[in-house]
Amino acid sequence: MDAIEVKDLTKRFNSKGSVAAVDHLSFRVAESEIFGLLGPNGAGKTTLIKILTTLLKPTSGMATVAGYDVHTEKNRVRESIGIVFQEPALDWRLTGRENLDFHARMYEIRRGEREKRIEEALKLVELEDKADIMTDKYSSGMKRRLEIARGFIHNPKVLFMDEPTLGLDTQTRRRIWDYIKEVNARERITVVLTTHQMEEADYLCDRVGIMDHGKIIALDTPRNLKDLISSDLVSLELNMEGSSNDVEVFKSLDFVTEFREHNGFVTLKMERADLRIPAIMEVAKRAGIEIISVNLRKPSLEDVFLHFTGRRIRE
Amino acid sequence: MMGISWQAIYVLWLREMKGMWRAKSRVIGSLGMPMFFLAFLGLGFGGASIPGMPEGLQYIEYLTPGIIGMSMLFSSVFAGISVLWDKEFGFLKEVMVAPVSRLSIVLGRTAGGSTVALMQGIMVLFLSTLLGFKIAGVIPVILSLFFMCLISVTFVGLGLVFASVMRDMHGFPLIMNFVVFPTFLLSGALFPIGALPSWLIPVCYLDPLTYGVDGLRGVLLGAGASDFSVLLNFMVISAISIGMVSVGSYLFERTEVER
Repeated sequence: MDAIEVKDLTKRFNSKGSVAAVDHLSFRVAESEIFGLLGPNGAGKTTLIKILTTLLKPTSGMATVAGYDVHTEKNRVRESIGIVFQEPALDWRLTGRENLDFHARMYEIRRGEREKRIEEALKLVELEDKADIMTDKYSSGMKRRLEIARGFIHNPKVLFMDEPTLGLDTQTRRRIWDYIKEVNARERITVVLTTHQMEEADYLCDRVGIMDHGKIIALDTPRNLKDLISSDLVSLELNMEGSSNDVEVFKSLDFVTEFREHNGFVTLKMERADLRIPAIMEVAKRAGIEIISVNLRKPSLEDVFLHFTGRRIRE
Repeated sequence: MMGISWQAIYVLWLREMKGMWRAKSRVIGSLGMPMFFLAFLGLGFGGASIPGMPEGLQYIEYLTPGIIGMSMLFSSVFAGISVLWDKEFGFLKEVMVAPVSRLSIVLGRTAGGSTVALMQGIMVLFLSTLLGFKIAGVIPVILSLFFMCLISVTFVGLGLVFASVMRDMHGFPLIMNFVVFPTFLLSGALFPIGALPSWLIPVCYLDPLTYGVDGLRGVLLGAGASDFSVLLNFMVISAISIGMVSVGSYLFERTEVER
């Protein structure tokens, strides 16, 4: 069974319905994968998450989470999910531990189990020694970590995270990524996250859906998405004093789609350059060309987004 | 609609208790206004003859049940409306996505808010003895607790109704000026409603606090001190409190966290 199934889902905010925030979306998320929704602000990611977490009613279409319909089986869905909201949703009058305890009780986890789970969760996000401090004294990184802990404490099947590292510094972001990976691996929880950071989607996600204007315009593994635009660039720096400068030999390679030469540098465009470099070196060696350095540039998800939308993602 | 989750009601109540305990100084500070009312109105009007006041009562005796009602009215409405703070601080979302019925959430909040208001009512009652109020015995106090509970449940419910139809806290001063203060002033808390012009009296009878304050007078000062019988007061305010919580839950059920 898929963790999430979305069919023809649409959400319009005003009744006249000129603009759809989510526009006839269909996709599936497999169990225990980390699924990313990547897109600029206003693409409809948060709206989609709100529908999947029962906080908003869809205008039309259907969606199931853990096999339950988000509209007709709200409470079943709520039992099966954990959520890390974009904005902090902690009670600042309570300590970190009390916030987790509140949550665990709301989900009716029994006492013994509750204490065990809270300890484990605090340990995973490394907040054990800050657990008994009021959360209004927490930094934003600590708040986010506590919310991640809270998100999986009740053994949900799917954990939703809306921009989990928004507004955090690079170092904290790295740590949050590692926690997310660990929760996913250790608890075997399906993770669905939204982001507008390419790096985040690339590093974390098994599959990425690129969203723009309420639609998913491309959906695949980060690797395949990048392959899709297939334009790795290989730059070779040549020793012009070497025995041969017959750069024309590179043109004879059938995988090279573009060839440029400038001031001792040769730039080749090809697909999957990581697999081609040995062949390039082989040809160069046979032709007696001396290579000083090789530079391979992979396309980024940013290039992928640019490719599909003609625009760059901006904050 | 799912049934009632006792665990959820308990934990929402517990949260309110912890919040209150940590804001002890504020809870105690909020006793300032009722105590000033009691002290200065009691002193100022102590010797005055107030039209319609039952024979043989000191004004401080007449006033104390009214001020208990007032302090509970304010803190209960505020407790109900404070759902909007949770909304503002994001915590409401955490509550709304939990797998518990909306009714349990409303009951949990009502229990928490009412307990806080009840504590304040009890403190006002005991502090009033310093100003000359005489407590007639244990049974009147126990009976007064019933009325205090009903007053607080009613007005926490009213606060929840407002919280469900308001977007944020900006409307709170309007509610204070145009709902809470008239409710207080028309309840007979400060003076007998019989003294008001006859066209205004039906409005007083629509005011739930009228029955709460009159009931408190009946149980604390004896049957001669109240306009209606204690039983009638009890039945009316019970019915209103149930109605108010039902309307509150109905409206709360329909709110989406975000539209």
